[in-house]
Amino acid sequence: MKEAKQMSVSAIQNGTVIDHVPASNLFKVIQILGLDRIDTQITFGTNLESKKLGRKAIIKISGIYFEDEDINRIALVAPDAKLNIIKDYEVVEKKVVEVPDNIVGIAKCMNPKCITNFESVTTRFKVVSKKNVALKCHYCEKITTQENMQII
Amino acid sequence: MKNRSLVSIDDFSTEEILRILDLTEEFEKEPTRKLLEGKVIAILFFEPSTRTRLSFESAINRLGGKIVGFSDASSSSVSKGETLNDTILTVNNYCDLIVMRHPIEGSARYASEISSVPVINAGDGANQHPTQTLLDLYSIRKTQGRLDNLNIFMVGDLKYGRTVHSLMMAMSRWNATFNFISPEELKMPDEFKLYLDNLGLKYYEHNDFTDIISRADIIYMTRVQKERFSDPIEYEKVKNVYVLRNSMLKNTKPNMRILHPLPRVNEIHQDVDSNPKAYYFEQALNGVYTRQAIVCSLLGII
Repeated sequence: MKEAKQMSVSAIQNGTVIDHVPASNLFKVIQILGLDRIDTQITFGTNLESKKLGRKAIIKISGIYFEDEDINRIALVAPDAKLNIIKDYEVVEKKVVEVPDNIVGIAKCMNPKCITNFESVTTRFKVVSKKNVALKCHYCEKITTQENMQII
Repeated sequence: MKNRSLVSIDDFSTEEILRILDLTEEFEKEPTRKLLEGKVIAILFFEPSTRTRLSFESAINRLGGKIVGFSDASSSSVSKGETLNDTILTVNNYCDLIVMRHPIEGSARYASEISSVPVINAGDGANQHPTQTLLDLYSIRKTQGRLDNLNIFMVGDLKYGRTVHSLMMAMSRWNATFNFISPEELKMPDEFKLYLDNLGLKYYEHNDFTDIISRADIIYMTRVQKERFSDPIEYEKVKNVYVLRNSMLKNTKPNMRILHPLPRVNEIHQDVDSNPKAYYFEQALNGVYTRQAIVCSLLGII
């Protein structure tokens, strides 16, 4: 066994650990993944020290494994998130999130004259740049850049 | 193309665009036919645009179709606070096709997704106006005999001008060279120049409206609008600089034609009108044939 270290959030037997979530976006991740609506045990810690992010959050979800497609939806708010898939207290797989090709919901179109800002229309974007994320609105065809991005 | 909507020029492949242009040619030969008899077309104009509306109405009337609709949101239930969603879901029960113009961008795409009948976008804010682009393409092909390898000059408001953006994107399919003439404040936005860069197409930018137009196959004029300027003095300086006069056409190519989406204010001097190179009124007429082709094609009639 490796050097024992104090865990801020207790271990889970089976499930998914999402690490390196920016502390400020923890609740957005919870919302995007619908964690507020599942009934298995979830523990999370936030404002934990992180060399990379300053303050990070970690979420441990028992008994749930995500499809890549679902987990990639958090890429806009937690681009550096790392996933550990846990089986019987062991990490059996590690994953990183990837910005998907299309974003449905999640982000707001920055164009104040866009229909999605007038009527209850679910936003839809095509990702035109993944590095410095840029989204092209399916409706008004205007680009929303990372700096202007607002998460719904 | 039956039961498809036309929201953005990019909705049509190159083959589909050419098919519309070929059909337009047929309607030009024979514009009065009873093809739309028994059809009801809703023309919903949430903001006024008399020219575009009359062009659609003329196109449909000549083919024997019936029209319902409104020409201004104040005379519809929109003024009572009805959502676009509800307007479309109601009106699509009354008609075979919807033509709509709306000040909000993306409204036509949204309408096309909820409507049970095809939707033609007749302008959604600063976004798209594809029937204008198709009639521009028709006018170019008709006057030049081809669409390939042409030198297109665009003059005036290249920043906010929706028609120049759509036409530029469309003409990029046929290896055009572009020359952009505009005041500094109204230059072609970077995103469109990037688009041309990515395709490897050549473009040149100019501030001065000079002899360089002698190289043009098409000069596409647009209106420089006062409301685009935050400083009224800047507008006064600019407004008389980008005016095309008959004397400037001396050295232009014989095949060159002048296009303008209309309405014009003073950017084309009236002394140009009698020059055979002035084509903007014929262009407006081509709009009727183009819209006949689009409507019939989306209804699956031809």
